[in-house]
Amino acid sequence: MLRTIYITWLRELKKFLRSRSRIVGALGQPILFLLALGYGLGNVSQGAGKGSYLLFLVPGVICMAIIFTSIFNGMQIIWDSQFGFLKETLVAPVSRVAIMLGRTFGGASVATAQGCIVFALTLLFGFEPHSWALVIPAVLVMFLAASMFSALGITVASFVTDMQGFQLVMNFLVMPMFFLSGALYPLTNIPPLLRALASIDPLSYGVDGVRTLLIHTSYFGIATDVTVLSAIAITFLGVGSHRFARLEF
Amino acid sequence: MTNIIEVKDLKKTFGRLEAVKGISLSVEQGTTFGFLGPNGAGKSTTIKMLTTLLRPTSGRILIDGNDPITHPNAVRRSFGIVFQDPSLDDDLTAWENMELHGALYGVTRKTRLARIDELLKFVDLDDRRRSYVREFSGGMKRRLEIARGLLHHPKIIFLDEPTLGLDPQTRNHMWEYLGRLNESDGITVFFTTHYMDEADRNADTIAIIDHGCIVASGTGEELKRHTGKESLEDAFLELTGRDIRHESASGLEHLRRMRRARGG
Repeated sequence: MLRTIYITWLRELKKFLRSRSRIVGALGQPILFLLALGYGLGNVSQGAGKGSYLLFLVPGVICMAIIFTSIFNGMQIIWDSQFGFLKETLVAPVSRVAIMLGRTFGGASVATAQGCIVFALTLLFGFEPHSWALVIPAVLVMFLAASMFSALGITVASFVTDMQGFQLVMNFLVMPMFFLSGALYPLTNIPPLLRALASIDPLSYGVDGVRTLLIHTSYFGIATDVTVLSAIAITFLGVGSHRFARLEF
Repeated sequence: MTNIIEVKDLKKTFGRLEAVKGISLSVEQGTTFGFLGPNGAGKSTTIKMLTTLLRPTSGRILIDGNDPITHPNAVRRSFGIVFQDPSLDDDLTAWENMELHGALYGVTRKTRLARIDELLKFVDLDDRRRSYVREFSGGMKRRLEIARGLLHHPKIIFLDEPTLGLDPQTRNHMWEYLGRLNESDGITVFFTTHYMDEADRNADTIAIIDHGCIVASGTGEELKRHTGKESLEDAFLELTGRDIRHESASGLEHLRRMRRARGG
């Protein structure tokens, strides 16, 4: 069981390290957001007399890299199960739950690494964390959120059977989760409907957790963030494993 | 002689579609079995049920004495498979693909290393062991998949249209390997193909499936004699008719096209 998880995890990491184009490609969007929003909108918010918007935006952009990378990685499983290497693992005499877990944590590690690269880039943009000691716990929260979204990606993939559905998921699940999460704006002083939506959006807790640890600004509180993230991650892992173990091809 | 594959009244329905309508077949250990049929006849569905990827609606399967439903892992250890679509990891090297397979099947490290060397030589890929699979041609990928499928010493090897898109040279090479293996290790070969001459030349026994039913079985000679035809191709057409089959453009077919478009 552990051996299978390890083998599957290691493979994901190896693939990540070898695909430079994928690493660089996934950085494009966060950088664009930092430039356009951080500097562009930063002007507006400074004019309005608030603190640095760039500072506020950084955790949101890190989480953006994480949610996109991990959901995409999870959903790759649709492709893999029909043509790719996954099919080979499904006829191997190993537990499917182990394959699913290895894949989830592999994808989560890759997404966390991607988040860390974005974090390193923001330092070049002049970002400075509130406390360097809290960067490690911030990375742990990133990993927790990444595991949750990897498991969600695999769960969703088990319901969607082709790549067309993938676009649907991106537009109706990932995009709303990102824009409603408070990654781009503070959740205080927003209309009650938006606030309600944010509070049922799992990404909100990831963004809030990372933001708390990196810039010392909290909305839900770190204890709530970690509890909610863990609970949802475990739920998705459970549902995902259950679905995956029964998947037929 | 014992039957290594034993199938009785096997049925699979998808909603209202009956893909496999209660087929029975048996394959003797150490023989080469050709499973033929037009597109959409139920070949792939049957192979998926035999290889634990799909649950039968009803009926019974025994692979080397084990039931794929109750003892999937015992069944999985007993066969190797080459799928219709490549299932190698393009981002890993030939050797790494082999190594990963060995590790997944729990082959001990020492045996694994020796066996990988032996098999890569066997399929003439020894000099390319450090190359990424993405650089391989279709024929090389097939050879590597065969080598990988044999790594854990399976008793049966399933080949789903293994020679699709291969040139005659590579095809001959491949059958030569399989013939040698069949002789030396007594491995049972279960394959599907659309090339009737290939089936006639290599299969000890043939079964023809159409519309989810087995319409004929026997040796190539028997099928030809039975239908009074000169070639297996004519016998096949006599048995399955000349209509062109409309395989529904399933999600899978769509994905396959997209994959080709991407150059996968």
